[in-house]
Amino acid sequence: MIDFSLWPLLGIAVVMLGFLLKFNPVLVVTVAAFATGMVVKMPVLTWLESLGTAFLKTRSLPLILLLPLAVVGLLERHGLREKAQSWIQQIKAATTGRLLLVYLALRESSAAAGLTSLGGHPQMVRPLLSPMAEAAFEQKHQSLPDKIKYQIRAMSAATDNIGLFFGEDIFVAFGAIILMHTFLRESGIETEPLHIALWGIPTAIAAFLIHGTRLVRFDAYLARQLQQQLTREQRHD
Amino acid sequence: MISMTLLYYIAALLFFAVAFFSFNDKRYSSALFWCSYGLIFLLGDLMPPALVGGLVVLMAFVAGFGGVKGGNYQTLALQQRLDSVKRLGNKLFIPALMIPGLTVFSALVLVHIQGDGWSLLDAKNATLSALGLAAFFAVLAALYLTKERPQQALKESSRLIEAIGWAFLLPQLLATLGLLFNQAGVGETVSQLTSLYLNLNHPLLAVACYALGMALFTVIMGNAFAAFPVITAGIGIPLLVLQHGGDPAIMAAIGMFCGYCGTLLTPMAANFNIVPAALLELPDKNAVIKAQAPTALLLLGVNIALMYLLMF
Repeated sequence: MIDFSLWPLLGIAVVMLGFLLKFNPVLVVTVAAFATGMVVKMPVLTWLESLGTAFLKTRSLPLILLLPLAVVGLLERHGLREKAQSWIQQIKAATTGRLLLVYLALRESSAAAGLTSLGGHPQMVRPLLSPMAEAAFEQKHQSLPDKIKYQIRAMSAATDNIGLFFGEDIFVAFGAIILMHTFLRESGIETEPLHIALWGIPTAIAAFLIHGTRLVRFDAYLARQLQQQLTREQRHD
Repeated sequence: MISMTLLYYIAALLFFAVAFFSFNDKRYSSALFWCSYGLIFLLGDLMPPALVGGLVVLMAFVAGFGGVKGGNYQTLALQQRLDSVKRLGNKLFIPALMIPGLTVFSALVLVHIQGDGWSLLDAKNATLSALGLAAFFAVLAALYLTKERPQQALKESSRLIEAIGWAFLLPQLLATLGLLFNQAGVGETVSQLTSLYLNLNHPLLAVACYALGMALFTVIMGNAFAAFPVITAGIGIPLLVLQHGGDPAIMAAIGMFCGYCGTLLTPMAANFNIVPAALLELPDKNAVIKAQAPTALLLLGVNIALMYLLMF
């Protein structure tokens, strides 16, 4: 029934197995790249060449993470996190969930207007958003165990991603819209880029409602987690 | 003016700084890793590609066997930090907000500054060169405010880069793997494989198959843009558009979003999931994925419903 080779999928198998067995991801990906090269019978030197060429082509990827770090580090050294925390603690109505909800709304709407660089993990989540979200919890409960701190940080990063992904794709000049339009045209199907962008709106709204609901309930969830931890500690005493 | 080459040189400088500090700290394998990374950014275009590939393999082995260890950097004591906060007040926010503010301003306004054969920003990479410009002025402002010496800026960026550690290499390595997959014809094989099982007569089944295919293949490739052509050519166009007469614009728009749901679920999308976990110093590298999973799965269900209701 299958009259073609399944060997090109070996790299995928290596990746899945490697991640499942929890090997170091860098190692897994390198081995998968090597297996893929072997499957198509690439000589080792050619494999090294295509690895090198591809790596040079993708050099712009780390820049977006790298460039803001010096500023963030300098400001952290001089108490930016502490400042962000005392600022949010002045706002009496601020809770972790509400803060993240406001951020989701801002991130998604600014990304939809094409302003994707207004957020991001190195320049916004680490120095400002997650310290504020942590401080809002601490203000209310006078305690911030590590387990809860990590959950708040992970949710801050998740909120940035979700706002970005489901906002940017309804901006008509975004690369993904162009990619879809071009690909469909090459396949002999004509579409309007504007239509593709507009039909993204229902999902963008659904993403906001789903994640927003989770954020609204996040405060109560964290409070329960804290309560459970306190009960457990009492039992130990 | 602010070309990609200039940004690569700046990156090389930052990597060499990390190598310098880890070498001084007697963490030689870390120094080797960051020095190789710096060399690729500084001289990559002049090296034979096989040599670059060799350096990448070297870095992968150093990182993969735990050779990239975090550094010990002196931070100010809490009391000194609080004194700084008292002295600087809200001004501390200025350099932090300059990065997004100036990036947007440069990408929208300054990008038009150009003359014969030169331009201030690289028009093809406007956002990145705008970010470079913004980061440069923000560093100046931060140095001026905090009265630190420029060396301290290098030290601080090294501190954060070492906090991220080996995860720093992962996004680029995954993108490289994606390009190798393309050369090996992974996409064609998957698309042939899916076309074997295409007797889905009910439109809802066909929609679910396309949506799940997009999400699943994105989980594997780590990138919805890589999944879109493969799954749309394999399932979307033959089944949804040609057989069931669905609207291709709706299929594309929501289909891509199904891919994004996959992106939220996979360690292969390292720059969105694994790197932030490292940057936020989370012990569980999958913590961000776990926080995203409920949203991603619910949204995938909503997408299938939306596609079914809107397309036909």
